Amino acid sequence: MRMSGSGEERNIKLDLISEERMASMTSMEKIRFILDGVKLGNIVVLEGGLTPEEQMKLIEMTMSEISEDFTGIEIGSYPLKRGFLRLRRRTRLTIVGPANMMKTIKKDKDLIRAIISIV
Amino acid sequence: MRLRRGFLLLLKRLLRRRNTKIGIYGAPNAGKTTLANRILHDFLDHGEEMGVVSEIPHETRRAYRKEGILITAKGAKLKVDIVDTPGLATKIDFHDFIPYGLSEEEAKKRAKEATEGVIEAIKWLDDLDGVLLVMDATEDPFTQANIVIIGNLEARDIPFIIVANKMDLENAVPARIKNAFPQHVVVPISALKGENMEKLYEEMARCFR
Repeated sequence: MRMSGSGEERNIKLDLISEERMASMTSMEKIRFILDGVKLGNIVVLEGGLTPEEQMKLIEMTMSEISEDFTGIEIGSYPLKRGFLRLRRRTRLTIVGPANMMKTIKKDKDLIRAIISIV
Repeated sequence: MRLRRGFLLLLKRLLRRRNTKIGIYGAPNAGKTTLANRILHDFLDHGEEMGVVSEIPHETRRAYRKEGILITAKGAKLKVDIVDTPGLATKIDFHDFIPYGLSEEEAKKRAKEATEGVIEAIKWLDDLDGVLLVMDATEDPFTQANIVIIGNLEARDIPFIIVANKMDLENAVPARIKNAFPQHVVVPISALKGENMEKLYEEMARCFR
């Protein structure tokens, strides 16, 4: 995504990860991949989403890496869908970005609206 | 698999000799410590405080446990340990504390302690028998923190009650929380004013026994 602000052209990098790519990664690999990308200033969109347990682990790891330069993440995902007899859980899209760039402005069970700004 | 976990949970509850450990969770400034203090005042000691309440976010930066509180409601009794946890957040910026009058050094120290507090709150989930999930009824309940906490409680089969706090405020809309999470028990209260606490204690006795 190419954006312009105050006369200077700057880029925001989006990582769009397919469900198939996600399926080949362990939870830790997914979290490391997300955090590495976000710390570089990228917005990471995961087609298959993260489970609540993976999101909690992501928050925990984020907290352990917060510094003056990295203030954390903004994360948005749709709630889980339940399958037959509520036995199967299905994760849906998750979007993660640097807290100083991304701000979720509206969210419900089927919509995430976020503003991404250049810092 | 789910049936087996449910059976094991029931067995664990039947064999449990210790107090039921109840964690108080939620986003920063939802009123978790105010609720913990209210429970202590109602059942233990009117002068005792679980923690300090403040308008500065992340006032509670460590988890605190108070043991052996006997909650009674309409004849039902429940002996609990209450664990007041730091607010769950995905971002902590020391700059956010400076407008509250903290020096840069104090703000950085608070931010560091707050990150450790979030990790501690997450770790506590492994040791709880039930959770009071506190939401600010004046705010949009569809936050990622709330969604992540609920998802994790469901995945671990930890029973929980959603507490729609601050119902005394003019702009509080507890119905918004009920609409957002219709499959869960939601109890509107004011922890500060002590409103509707009886209903919450009834639900706790029913849900966490």
